[in-house]
Amino acid sequence: MIAQLFIEQGLNGLQLGVTLFLMAAGLTLVFGIMDVIHLSHGSFYMIGAYLTATLGARFDSYLLGLALAIPLVALIGMVVEWIAIRRLYERDHLDQVLATFGLIMFFNEAIGMIWGAQPIFLSPPESLAGTVELVPGLFYPQFRLAILGTGLTVAAGLGLMIRHTRLGMRLRAGASDRAMAGALGVNIDGLFTMVFGLGAGLAALAGGMAGTVLSVQVGMGESILILTFVVVVIGGIGSIKGALVGAILVGLVDTLARTMLPVALRATMAASQADSVAASLSSTSVYVLMILVLAWRPKGLYGART
Amino acid sequence: MAHAPDFRRWLALALLLILAVAVPPVLAALGQGFYIGFAARVLIMALAALSLDLVMGLGGMISFGHAAFLGLGAYVVGIGSWHVFDGAPLPFGLAGSENALIVWPLAMLVAGLAALGIGAISLRTTGVHFIMITLAFAQMLFFLAGGLKTYGGDDGITLYNRSQLAGLKLSDPTTFYYLCLGLLVTVLAVLLRLSSSRFGMVLRGVRDNERRMRALGFPTYRYKLAAFVLSGMICGLAGALLANASEFASPAIMSWQRSGELLVMVVLGGMGSLIGPVLGAVALMVLEESLADLTQHWQVILGPLLVLLALSARRGLWGWIKGRDGAP
Amino acid sequence: MTEPLLHTSGLVKRYGGVIATHQVALAVERGHLHALIGPNGAGKSTLIGLLSGEMAADAGHIHFNGHDVTRLHVHRRARLGLARSFQITSIFKSFSVLANVVLAVQAHAGHSFRFWRPAVRDPALVGPALAALDRVGLADRRHHAAAALSHGERRQLELAMALAGDPAMLLLDEPMAGMGPEDGRAMVDLLQSLKGERTILLVEHDMDAVFQLADRISVLVYGAVIASGTPDHIRTDPEVRRAYLGEEA
Repeated sequence: MIAQLFIEQGLNGLQLGVTLFLMAAGLTLVFGIMDVIHLSHGSFYMIGAYLTATLGARFDSYLLGLALAIPLVALIGMVVEWIAIRRLYERDHLDQVLATFGLIMFFNEAIGMIWGAQPIFLSPPESLAGTVELVPGLFYPQFRLAILGTGLTVAAGLGLMIRHTRLGMRLRAGASDRAMAGALGVNIDGLFTMVFGLGAGLAALAGGMAGTVLSVQVGMGESILILTFVVVVIGGIGSIKGALVGAILVGLVDTLARTMLPVALRATMAASQADSVAASLSSTSVYVLMILVLAWRPKGLYGART
Repeated sequence: MAHAPDFRRWLALALLLILAVAVPPVLAALGQGFYIGFAARVLIMALAALSLDLVMGLGGMISFGHAAFLGLGAYVVGIGSWHVFDGAPLPFGLAGSENALIVWPLAMLVAGLAALGIGAISLRTTGVHFIMITLAFAQMLFFLAGGLKTYGGDDGITLYNRSQLAGLKLSDPTTFYYLCLGLLVTVLAVLLRLSSSRFGMVLRGVRDNERRMRALGFPTYRYKLAAFVLSGMICGLAGALLANASEFASPAIMSWQRSGELLVMVVLGGMGSLIGPVLGAVALMVLEESLADLTQHWQVILGPLLVLLALSARRGLWGWIKGRDGAP
Repeated sequence: MTEPLLHTSGLVKRYGGVIATHQVALAVERGHLHALIGPNGAGKSTLIGLLSGEMAADAGHIHFNGHDVTRLHVHRRARLGLARSFQITSIFKSFSVLANVVLAVQAHAGHSFRFWRPAVRDPALVGPALAALDRVGLADRRHHAAAALSHGERRQLELAMALAGDPAMLLLDEPMAGMGPEDGRAMVDLLQSLKGERTILLVEHDMDAVFQLADRISVLVYGAVIASGTPDHIRTDPEVRRAYLGEEA
């Protein structure tokens, strides 16, 4: 029984992990390459979820909705980069925090104006609505497995792209030395716009998929954003590998703490008290994890050493 | 060269103080007495912004989690009051209290201890990492507070009474306003003095060039930590006042948007000037209030305004009022 | 002979596989002006970083003024009397000239948990600060903003800040970098006047200045000291001529 719960929640944790990775990959690239703290990254996640829901309903196909939402959000991302973010590259982190804080306000309110304050629901495609019996007696939703598979595939694809393609080479050059990359003839402006669009698209993919598991509502971007920050800090800023490791770690720790802590605490105290203590403790587990990692390595697991 | 701006600075300060003193009678005369409570909340947020400027403007530490200290201060007052009403004892044989002379210093102590812990770990890092770690710590406290089922969980605690302070009737908005003003002016005066003291010099030196400070022989970490703790204590006091002003303490006080607002106040008013953040708090809250009167969707206007603020020059309102000046 | 003020033994620093400092043994005698020269990339900056404490050595020892300082933090070494100037001018730009030096004095005047009295009006700090400014010839500029100084003046201010704590030793990282001939001559005169009074380790590219000023010269090539001795000795050392002065000699 406990083993089954463990497997099921482990898979849920991995699934949160890949969602976080899709967010963190974009964020860590923007941090690492452009040196910009981008708070409104969560807005792209939210917009991705809303567009997937609306377009999916319009065309009566979740997959089509998601497929349309991703490029649309990437486009929105590029426009945002072109209008606002581009002016922040040479600014200090404080300006970046303020400006992107303003962007969050704008996006949240604008989404609220368009879609209303009530959460909307996004259903997974019917073809994936069933369950799979993973081990005897453990039925796991197909769609959650699909999210997991998609996330891991994208992670692998990103890794290959960064290591083996010309774009990846430029990204690495841009990350290590902006001036040098410029001197080598890399179009830095264009590159940055593209990276930003890519990050926004990945966030939209994450939002469109996560929207089926959670509800789609204003503010959903911020809760994932702060977890994503934790991932990026744990993994080390600018490192895709760090983002993957950090995301899986955070996903697992968060999910397992939420489900296993009450079980563990009930063994030692009254059930109602155990649930309340566990709820409090488990919601802070990832922050404790981050603090432990940073106490050990102030630059994160895969961060550049000074 | 030094005298003209100096004169202008003192004149501006005097005018601002007179204005602040005149707020309650003017509002009352205009029949807008309802706004005195709002004005007190503005002063309280100004105190919180001032505490943030101590670490951010003077010390160059961009804390994105100062709302946590605000919340801790508020919760100390809230929990103290809850136990007076409920009669249940607190741990360590303590009883609930509504005495301001006990509860407010305790709020400062609790916030200061939290700042000591948070600062000790966060200050091992700098730059982006520091911003994000302070944010993460604040989120952690936010969720912890939400998990306090005894104290209302996510809904928080409603205060049955405001704190008691020897003979003063704090439930009277005007009295409470002047008390807040008195505390704000006192803290501001002390911090202005502190900024040119040896301690203040070290903080500003760290902001300009920490590496150089170490090479000069300063163990910078302990000074930064001391400033962080002092700042946390002041913010805790603001939190205690805030709980009194809204007669309420809830996790929402610690939300990261609140921390962001404090950052905005500091930058809007003029970072590092101490006076500026006070003006910034006034400006932002008045702006929010008037936009909210205008439309329910006021954030759709405020958001782009913040982007513009971040992209425009950095001297802030106070820099604009006092005019150009030289080095300290 | 007395023990040198600063000496290192077997000092090693690696970056990944690259050896930046290789078994460096360096001895700076009290009262000497000791120059450290070497071609670009010889590891001078790394060695300065190791001596000042900004980098940690992978092996070896650093002794300063009777203490083993190998594992001490930057600020502890500074407190022991090791003052440095930076290659890239590193002053506090938002401070006045005087406040810059006051801060340097303050670093050596006990702890700074003093919250009330304005530092720039504290005679205990201002006195030594003015003396240091006077020494480098910047006293009449004391009320100017540091940001308003010319490049040469900023280098002078750097030196005043290094002098302000009455250090046992000055670690000067290219004090003449980027200076015009006139400012350069003034700096040489200033260093000449400090010579004998302070122990100085000077890293400098200007060979005329080095050979004019130094009591001792150490030559660093590929992270290793290949020769150490008087200017005359270095001038004629065949290995130095081959490895460093090279074809142009």
